Amino acid sequence: MSHPFVHPYVPNTAPESRQAMLDAVGAASVEDFYADVPAELRLGRALDLPEPLVAEQDLVRHVGGLLRRNRAVEPGRLFLGAGTYQHAVPAVVDEVINRSEFLTAYAGEPYEDHGRFQALFQYQSLMGELLNQDVVNVPTYDGYQAAATSLAMAGRITGRRTVLLVSDAHPDKLSKVRDYIAPTIDLVLVPTVGAVADLQTVTGLLDDTVAAIWVETPSYTGALETALAELADAAHAVGAVVIVGTDPISLGILTPPADLGADIVHGDIQSLGLHPWFGGAHGGFIAVHDDTRFVMELPSRLFGLASTDVPGEYGFGDVAYDRTSFAVREEGKEWVGTAAALWGIAAGVYLALMGPQGMAEVGETVLARTTYAARSLTALAGVRLADGAVHFREFVLDVTDAALTAPELVAAGRASGFEPGHAVDDGHLLVCVTEQNTQTDIDDLAAVLGAALAQKKEQNA
Amino acid sequence: MSLPIAPKPALRRFHQARWDEPIVFELHAPGERGVLVSRPEAGVREAVGDVVAALPASLRRSAPPALPEIGQMRVLKHYLRLSQENLGADLNVDVGQGTCTMKYAPKVNEAIIRTPDLTELHPLQEQASVQGVLEIIWKTERMLAEISGMSRVSLQTSGGSEAIWANISMIRAYHESRGEGDQRTEVITTIFSHPSNAAAAKAAGYTVITIHPDADGYPDLDALRAALSPRTAAIMVTNPEDTGIYNPRIGEWVRLAHEVGALASYDQANANGILGITRARDAGFDVCHFNLHKTFGTPHGCGGPGSGANAVSEELAQFLPGPVVERDGDRYYLDADRPESIGSVAPFYGVIPNIVRTYAWISALGAEGLRAVAETAVLNNNYLMKRILEIPGTSAPYATGRRRIEQVRYSWQDLYEDTGISSEEIGVRAADFGMHYWTSHHPYIVPQPFTLEPTESYSMAELDEYADVLAEIAREARETPEIVRTAPHNQTVHHTHHDDLDDPERWAVTWRAYQRKYFGADAAGAAAASAESGASGAGAASGSASAATSATEEAAA
Repeated sequence: MSHPFVHPYVPNTAPESRQAMLDAVGAASVEDFYADVPAELRLGRALDLPEPLVAEQDLVRHVGGLLRRNRAVEPGRLFLGAGTYQHAVPAVVDEVINRSEFLTAYAGEPYEDHGRFQALFQYQSLMGELLNQDVVNVPTYDGYQAAATSLAMAGRITGRRTVLLVSDAHPDKLSKVRDYIAPTIDLVLVPTVGAVADLQTVTGLLDDTVAAIWVETPSYTGALETALAELADAAHAVGAVVIVGTDPISLGILTPPADLGADIVHGDIQSLGLHPWFGGAHGGFIAVHDDTRFVMELPSRLFGLASTDVPGEYGFGDVAYDRTSFAVREEGKEWVGTAAALWGIAAGVYLALMGPQGMAEVGETVLARTTYAARSLTALAGVRLADGAVHFREFVLDVTDAALTAPELVAAGRASGFEPGHAVDDGHLLVCVTEQNTQTDIDDLAAVLGAALAQKKEQNA
Repeated sequence: MSLPIAPKPALRRFHQARWDEPIVFELHAPGERGVLVSRPEAGVREAVGDVVAALPASLRRSAPPALPEIGQMRVLKHYLRLSQENLGADLNVDVGQGTCTMKYAPKVNEAIIRTPDLTELHPLQEQASVQGVLEIIWKTERMLAEISGMSRVSLQTSGGSEAIWANISMIRAYHESRGEGDQRTEVITTIFSHPSNAAAAKAAGYTVITIHPDADGYPDLDALRAALSPRTAAIMVTNPEDTGIYNPRIGEWVRLAHEVGALASYDQANANGILGITRARDAGFDVCHFNLHKTFGTPHGCGGPGSGANAVSEELAQFLPGPVVERDGDRYYLDADRPESIGSVAPFYGVIPNIVRTYAWISALGAEGLRAVAETAVLNNNYLMKRILEIPGTSAPYATGRRRIEQVRYSWQDLYEDTGISSEEIGVRAADFGMHYWTSHHPYIVPQPFTLEPTESYSMAELDEYADVLAEIAREARETPEIVRTAPHNQTVHHTHHDDLDDPERWAVTWRAYQRKYFGADAAGAAAASAESGASGAGAASGSASAATSATEEAAA
């Protein structure tokens, strides 16, 4: 490394600039500025890090080389979901969120960041139409956090501690929720029957100690809850809140949970125009009705429309800012920090492009291909559906009577370039089908798995 | 003969883009499409029939969502115009968002991360097919372990505040594992630490005790001694604090906390100025966190995605959130079988694009580069402090006369007393010069505050430009205060009426709520409501309101 160290990311490292600035502040060296850092806390050596790749081309070669060791699955051959989905991403979405002005902005004020406020207000508004609710937050980290926050909100609203989870939920989401709500909520898992809520048992457990019921639809296994209205009525009858987790990608064809009695609706926006990113592109939404009892318990930022001094001009600002930890610190109901705003802008662009017709069509395509895949795969020897529920995008194959276990089926599919699904355990395979999986993809997968099962059966014979 | 060009004015002539861009719903043109969708093949249709009609009635949406219908180029144009009405860090001298470390997010990193070999990876696909990204996660963890002095790192959390949450959650798990969960009910923080420390501790069920500064502006050691007890679960402090002051007795703070059996949690959001100089573990901390989107140069995305990193001592390693990446020879794999872990606190393995950007950023700089970052950031900060304190009406309360590390919380109190112009008004006026400026977190323990954090990314000329802008506004406050009071003048929007935003009867978080509250449910009501709302509404022309109403009707049809 040459000395002095002049790096393109860091102006003022050139000796001339550095000296001029030191002279201006009357410091002998930068050491002067660290006078408050005691000697015994000084590192006193260079950090032990790899030699820097100072030339851009070397950096690209190194990091690009590592990334080339990854291998994305050929489009359409991926049947993995379980929380992260490979839906189609329109090019315009990437174009917009990769613009410097959005990408590199942060917490600007409504004046110089008018575009950010409007884009996020529009995201809230577009989601509001999809959800049929009037209040949607600026995105929180992800669907896990949105679920956890929703439960905590219900606890505060009702002053009660018990929440009944009546659907199958992603185990990692449950882990997050349990960690988050430990101080305030006791979570009771009510086992499902046929992948949907056990209405009778749930009703029996409802009393005036229950803060909320929590319904996931589609659930972890893709099952749709058909008795949401009955569950909501029963919960409301004892003064409990109805919390529903959902995936907005389904709402072009499915009834918004709010129409069936949901009070707090939450979920993840990854499916709305975001690439899978190895599970790294999630944003959480929480929606409520325009009811102060609920709105004032939302800890997230809410951007609202406001008038300005100029007629005909839309201004924006924070709604009820004093709800947030920015204003009240330890009296805050949660915290506000850097979360997932850019992903919210992406989801807004996605919904603006899709429109009502696009959302209806993507819903229908996913449902049709899911149904087709379920039929094709259950035609294989020893393979059946794990339950009889209506499924959207995901379903579980019960392979306990098949010649191969779920992990073996996964291995067989991988050998032919597929990712056939997620082996939940030896006997169960969670399969995900989006609009990216064509009839040919599904037929090919069925053929590959069918051949593997037949071969195994032959070996066993 | 040379072309005659008049001398440039001292300050840049800036004007923000103004497109008078409608709300996206007002762009509705019935029947238009922004994108087409893959449709089921004939064979699929034949096999499954009309799947939507076959849904149980309760599941089938009765009317399509009232989303607008817009052609693709019009959507693009709309959002690109909004982007132009936004002042990103790539466009301004972004030193005015103190405590947030706005720095250069290298463009090469954007090129690197946009490969389909990253964007299209699924987190559950065969681990043999994702060895590159697992290696990057593993190596980034080791780099951050070295930078913090800690033993193990998790990159799972999605932002700094979520990482603070993971810190307090691990602290809770630690005390519970020792049977002291019920006994340790208090968390101690300082008033200058980021609000999320207090808020996360509160959300985790702890009583929060806040330490105020002593007469010299340093966190009050005697107050800490008085607050510590066998009830203390942890101290959670930011250092250097958001004032820019480095607490020289931080080692003593940690020692005292340990003496009562408490843990010490270090908020390293302001680590930028001490990279390679001093480390959390060197001061004895048990756990710390970094904000990758601050210290390690990933872009801030209008408020996320961020990315958090939790670094812990060997003693706390078992509690780290996860799964974690392990290495076996040349093979990297995910380990989720960790019974003492606080579990998954976010989906899968973290905000992957930001983790890869972080890896690229550290790789580009190395040890010497990180030190150059820190030293240049503090040099820039002390240079800017000198320029700012030369402006009549400014001061830097607490630890007056001392050097600062990464940032300074200043005060306009003197100017305010002279002119009545507040810090907030100065911030609005700064936007007219193409500069972002933010006051500070509540509570305003510094009166009329503003916090500047120049980082290493801005040249001396840019710092001068920023200081010149504030000097000009301070001059205006004394000589032509109406200019400041009536700002902004060069912005996309004008002075905005914030009263509506705090009134449940009048706030509008969505377009549909705005339509309902101000224009009623139907078109007939809309015209009347629109005329009536001239004074208090958001000022939409009745034309646009009725267009939107008909949009809703079209979509519902």
